[in-house]
Amino acid sequence: MSLSAALSAALSTDGDLYVAQNVFFAVIAVTMVFSAVRVVTTSNIVHAALWLVVVLAGVAAQFILLGSEFVAVTQVLVYIGAVVVLFLFGVMLTRASLGDDESVGEEKRGIAAVVAVLLFSVMAIALIDSFEDNRLVIDEPLSTARVSDAIFSQYIVAFEAVSVLLLAALIGAIVVARKD
Amino acid sequence: MLLNQFLLLSGVLFCIGVYGVLARKNGVLVLMSIELILNAVNINLVAFGALTNDVGGSVFALFTIAVAAAEVGIGLAIVLLIYRNRRSIDLSEIDLMKG
Repeated sequence: MSLSAALSAALSTDGDLYVAQNVFFAVIAVTMVFSAVRVVTTSNIVHAALWLVVVLAGVAAQFILLGSEFVAVTQVLVYIGAVVVLFLFGVMLTRASLGDDESVGEEKRGIAAVVAVLLFSVMAIALIDSFEDNRLVIDEPLSTARVSDAIFSQYIVAFEAVSVLLLAALIGAIVVARKD
Repeated sequence: MLLNQFLLLSGVLFCIGVYGVLARKNGVLVLMSIELILNAVNINLVAFGALTNDVGGSVFALFTIAVAAAEVGIGLAIVLLIYRNRRSIDLSEIDLMKG
């Protein structure tokens, strides 16, 4: 409801400057939302993983629309390249009945839907109230050189912390999953 | 483009992810829903970075991607261990710590 309102507002008030971007945004957003719904409702786990690929590719496309090309490339490399493969390995190793998945309790599904809809209404009201007509003006894409300069100067401590976290997660995953 | 269209899209993705975490019983599918949530957060970070023309949004989106990769690795290892011990990854059967 509010998404379409925001979309039409964006289309009508931006003039002809960002029409192409807005059209692409709408197409990608609709595809993403449909695929995300399929991820959480399909009963086939492999199909859920493949729908997840569509959502992740859509997120990468949104990053390109926002001018962050390096994040978009990293999204494709890490998520579509590695994480989805990891998921498919997880499905394979747990042999989680490739065809039929589960019988989700109806009442649980209802409560979950109510929680999700309420959460979204609160968020939508807050967002529309706060950022009513904030425009995004993207003159040029954010260059990779700026990102790398920031990572290796201003955010160097966070970068090192993430390195240590990845190492710890790697060792931890091996220790947890090892047969002994 | 409005900032709000990205924020609302990210809100929709987030809520779909929350629905998946709450409604799904399969451990791997719950992890997939968590990925949806983390991607919604990333869209928010990059959108605010583009609004303020600040590089920090993109940098922290990259950090989130790294943390998400670590989370998937650990999460799948745990799911694998649960499967090995119980021959099932139905999360509703795992109630050992229920008071």
